[in-house]
Amino acid sequence: MRRRLLAIVRKEFTHIFRDWRTLLIIILMPILMIVLYGYAITLDMRNIAFGVIDDARTPESRALVEAFTENGFFKPLGREVNRQEIEQLFMRRDALMVIVIPREFSRELQPGKRARVQLLIDASDSNVGTFVSNYAEQVLQLYNRRLNGSIPLLYDIAPRIFYNPDMNSTYFFVPGLVALILMLISALLTSIAITREKETGTLEQILVSPVHSREIILGKVFPYILLGLMNAAIILISARLLFNVPMRGSLLLLGMLSLVYVFVALSFGLMISTVAKTQLVAMFMTLMATILPTIMLSGFIFPVSSMPEPLQYLARILPATYFLIIIRGIMLKGVGLAELWPDSLILTGLGFFLVVIAIRRFRMRLE
Amino acid sequence: MQPEPVVYAEHLSKRFGSFTAVDDLSLSVQQGEIFGFLGANGAGKTTAIRMFCGLLTPTSGIARVAGFDVHTEARKIKQTIGYMSQKFSLYEDLTVAQNIEFYGGIYGLSRAEIIDKTNRMLEELKLEERRHTLTRSLPLGWKQRLALSVAMLHDPSIVFLDEPTGGVDPISRRNFWRIIYDIAANGKTVFVTTHYMDEAEYCGRLSIMYQGRIIELGKPGELKEKYGLKSMQEIFVHLVGETEPADKPNIISSTENG
Ligand SMILES: Nc1ncnc2c1ncn2[C@@H]1O[C@H](COP(=O)(O)OP(=O)(O)O)[C@@H](O)[C@H]1O
Ligand SMILES: [Mg+2]
Repeated sequence: MRRRLLAIVRKEFTHIFRDWRTLLIIILMPILMIVLYGYAITLDMRNIAFGVIDDARTPESRALVEAFTENGFFKPLGREVNRQEIEQLFMRRDALMVIVIPREFSRELQPGKRARVQLLIDASDSNVGTFVSNYAEQVLQLYNRRLNGSIPLLYDIAPRIFYNPDMNSTYFFVPGLVALILMLISALLTSIAITREKETGTLEQILVSPVHSREIILGKVFPYILLGLMNAAIILISARLLFNVPMRGSLLLLGMLSLVYVFVALSFGLMISTVAKTQLVAMFMTLMATILPTIMLSGFIFPVSSMPEPLQYLARILPATYFLIIIRGIMLKGVGLAELWPDSLILTGLGFFLVVIAIRRFRMRLE
Repeated sequence: MQPEPVVYAEHLSKRFGSFTAVDDLSLSVQQGEIFGFLGANGAGKTTAIRMFCGLLTPTSGIARVAGFDVHTEARKIKQTIGYMSQKFSLYEDLTVAQNIEFYGGIYGLSRAEIIDKTNRMLEELKLEERRHTLTRSLPLGWKQRLALSVAMLHDPSIVFLDEPTGGVDPISRRNFWRIIYDIAANGKTVFVTTHYMDEAEYCGRLSIMYQGRIIELGKPGELKEKYGLKSMQEIFVHLVGETEPADKPNIISSTENG
């Protein structure tokens, strides 16, 4: 019945606004998290240590090494390296790359010939390996162009990186962070909403009244949707201001789909709240169930398509997987609902599914 | 023939795992009675009341409240009863008026009804100036009277009061019992638990509970006559072999979980 639902919604709002300390935490925590993680997690690398084996020892070979050092990506080891110690360098992580310049380097730098340089890259972390190799490639091209001036190049591979031309990994990660923080905070909010009442004993007093479980669950979701949305706004604005992440698509669409995502997260928190007995347990369960899966499986860092098949199935039930596609799509590519409707639909479905589960799992008795 | 009892139990039991909290309880309470459960902490009073209120499912036995079965008609029972749990369960961070508004709301009262009831209740309790103070800052005696009024908001015909006067001074307790008498005078049934001996004297009828079982049941006067003793205190000691339960450290800890 409407009256019972309204009573619960109104009461929840009173709790929220009375408790200004929690409110402040809810506002400040996402900002803090985005600053901390935003700066810590970025995969753009600077000062990649590299060693040089220069068998040519010519002005040209020195110029090549010089080219590697001048833009801050790479930092020379500062001593001679011999072939036998390459493996050890990598093992000790003293260097991530070794450049081998052959004796005939300068001679082959003539028109009509091709000079060869060997790059040895430690790709034990494949992401890092790719980044290093991309940077090195760019440096080599720069060197080539400088040397040849107007002379047409023998080859001209010009990879064009779409959507993120500066290869700025921040652009890639910040939307992921938004998804993570929004999920975490929203789920935390509701996970303790019912367990708190279990602890204070007020739940017993509610259960003895003729309320339905759906009224209790929905009465707890609605007020927090507003908080979650406020949260989303704060996170998006700080992401934009701090990291200059582009916003190529429709802000309104992003807002609406963030709302759906918040709804999913709140429902998930409520589901936990129906099982957990204490606030502490609820918080712990929420942390376990949101942070790790979202970081590892949602495509936050590793693309879903390159995961082992069983994990891909797991990724497909994670709300963050869909929201990541949506938020990256809207912010970085500027796509709209025409492209994003399947993901939006699944996300909405997940939300309703979780609410129904929460309602059905909610026990109207004390057992 | 007697009219149908409003609270009725037959061989009612509740087990938590292998532990029997309520053991083969049988009783019947008529409308308008003040019926008491007297027993030490852990005797099973709360567990029994929770079964009557539809908060716990009995392990075995029959129980009916207002003619409704506790197994199958818990929802109908909830419409008819008021309940004041052992733990103070108004919201400490809401004002007096907000608490009344909330509990009125979840019983489906309209806004007009709530406003009307709030005014009358605060006047009765002499809490008008405290309308907008946080419930947290009320003295315990007042909190309990407020909780009782809130439990009566929807005008139930039966109220279950689980140790409603725990922890307050004798004068506040006497005041509280005056209200209980008023409620019963209006034809409502009051089912109350206590571990205070003086309160046992106030009950119309009472049962003494010990380790989940009813070991004696009757009117205080009849019981005194039966045992030839002058007070409920003496009867309790005679039956259980303990001093007043409230004075004893809890041998079996009380529970507030569910
Ligand atoms: N949910 C529960 N799980 C296990 N044991 C319980 C539970 N609730 C109560 N008990 C046990 O049942 C006994 C009776 O408790 P209770 O009904 O609260 O007694 P009283 O209200 O008379 O103090 C106690 O020993 C208590 O520990
Ligand atoms: Mg008790």
